[in-house]
Amino acid sequence: MLRATDLSFAYSRRKRPPDRVLDGVSLQMDRGTVVGLLGPNGSGKTTLLRLLSGVMQPDSGSVTIDGRPIRELTRRALARRIAVVPQETHTTFDFSVIDMVLMGRYPHLGAFELEGASDQAIAREALAATGTASLETRPFATLSGGEKQRVVIASALAQGSDMLLLDEPTASLDLGYQFDIAALLRRLNTERGTTMIVSTHDLNLAAALCEQIVLLKAGRVIAQGPTKATLTAENIRVLYDVDADVQFHPRAGHLTVVPIARWH
Amino acid sequence: MHSRASVRRRLTWTLAGFGSLALVACVLAPLVGSTRIHLGNVVNRSIPYGENIDAQIFFVARLPRVLAAALVGSGLALAGVVFQALLRNPLASPDTLGVSAGASLGAMMAITFNLDFSLLGVSAVPLASFAGSIGALAIVYGLSAARRRGTSAMVLLLGGVTLQALLSAVIAFVQYLADFTQTFRNVRWLMGSLDVASYAPLAVALAPMAIAWVGFATLPRVLDLISIGSESAAARGVNVERTERIALVSASLATGAAVSLAGPVSFVGIIVPHLVRLIVGADHRLVLPASALFGAAFLIGCDLVARTIIAPLELPVGIVTAIIGGPVFLWLLFRRA
Repeated sequence: MLRATDLSFAYSRRKRPPDRVLDGVSLQMDRGTVVGLLGPNGSGKTTLLRLLSGVMQPDSGSVTIDGRPIRELTRRALARRIAVVPQETHTTFDFSVIDMVLMGRYPHLGAFELEGASDQAIAREALAATGTASLETRPFATLSGGEKQRVVIASALAQGSDMLLLDEPTASLDLGYQFDIAALLRRLNTERGTTMIVSTHDLNLAAALCEQIVLLKAGRVIAQGPTKATLTAENIRVLYDVDADVQFHPRAGHLTVVPIARWH
Repeated sequence: MHSRASVRRRLTWTLAGFGSLALVACVLAPLVGSTRIHLGNVVNRSIPYGENIDAQIFFVARLPRVLAAALVGSGLALAGVVFQALLRNPLASPDTLGVSAGASLGAMMAITFNLDFSLLGVSAVPLASFAGSIGALAIVYGLSAARRRGTSAMVLLLGGVTLQALLSAVIAFVQYLADFTQTFRNVRWLMGSLDVASYAPLAVALAPMAIAWVGFATLPRVLDLISIGSESAAARGVNVERTERIALVSASLATGAAVSLAGPVSFVGIIVPHLVRLIVGADHRLVLPASALFGAAFLIGCDLVARTIIAPLELPVGIVTAIIGGPVFLWLLFRRA
């Protein structure tokens, strides 16, 4: 279980409330759940994910895994528990797909240890799980956005962690790939019990994928709870100043959000 | 194709291949020169060393220069690889962050202000040059330590490029103060040359280079991860700040040692890593050692051309690397686009 308690953070040297990107954020992710993180641009979603993954330290408050503060864990030990999938991944050099996935094995290897047969097997299994086995020897840079994102998820799986933090994983993908990634995440959750927190601007993705929703505005949590109770027209208006219809869609099998107009 | 075999196997082949190339270059290059000598005579143990002219020419007159080329070539190539990964920019080179300009400024000041001292058999110019590189490193290091979270490698890159421009202006100022003879020496020094006639300068340059090698040895895998992005590297368990500092200091020390020995020999640090990547792929566990070995062989080869092409005159090796390097680099650039 990943728990954040009263997290505050500011990028500037001044740490008083108006400079804070996050101000007293608390949330809890139970094992095996998929949590959606919603909020307008600049609300602190990416910063929150950075604090949850331990890439940055909060100014105050704490993050714990199964009751243990993550700052007590080494970077490698933490990486074996939590993996991160960014919105986009660019490679400066010409790495192949299997190279990218094998990099996920880093926290499991000693300083001068090379990947062995077991690491290769884990990487291939991760490729298979994300439907990218046929891309193994392709240069990563030549893949489409959707293929790249699946390979990056494979790399996160090869990392062997049971928690996945995804920062707008579908933001730069077309509609078809958005469905592919959503289906992949749902399958990883049901088959492997992977706990996930997904930040997104796509309310329908959140409705389809997430059991729990956290709404973040100006660095504060304004609501959190089960998707059905939290993803309401009222909350969407408060969050984005947008008037929207929220209805259960029988064919989709989940809530759907139809934005109507800017709220004035 | 290179991704099919295991890393271990590719590493073995890479070390064997580039290692033999560097070794062959080290052994064959001293045989060429104004006086013809034969390897058979050089290694002939039945002739006493005192009477073995071929061996004396090989070991005393020519080998120091060849080893200097190897040291400078490998140092610049390694620094290039590390700066390219650290700055996530394939066009970065040992000159990019101003360390090379700092070394040049030191040398220009020693020449222009007639500094005349020596230490451990090394004269004022290389010493002042190395001191200049350390000064530039201190400034760059300060910049990188001062940059706050959330700023990118781009800030370091911009800071380094600015420092380089600033130092170039100071170099121009110092040159303006120089008289005719000093100006001639300044210009010659800036062309880069491997006019090394004894083992003493080698031994002195070896000390900072050895420290840099220790740093480089810790880097290969983390450079792979950092080249993808510092945040994703951190999320995989890399200590990014520590790695960046080790990389910055090691690459700068190697650059400073190389430039103080041979002047600012251009293009080695940018061409060698790219040629090596074409052969071994992107994995820094292969690219780093291969670049060290190929950089050594490349500069030995360029210096051989510089020594022989208009013999008995010698070209500065920096001219040869740029004339070979420029077109190769342009080709790489437009092949990429």
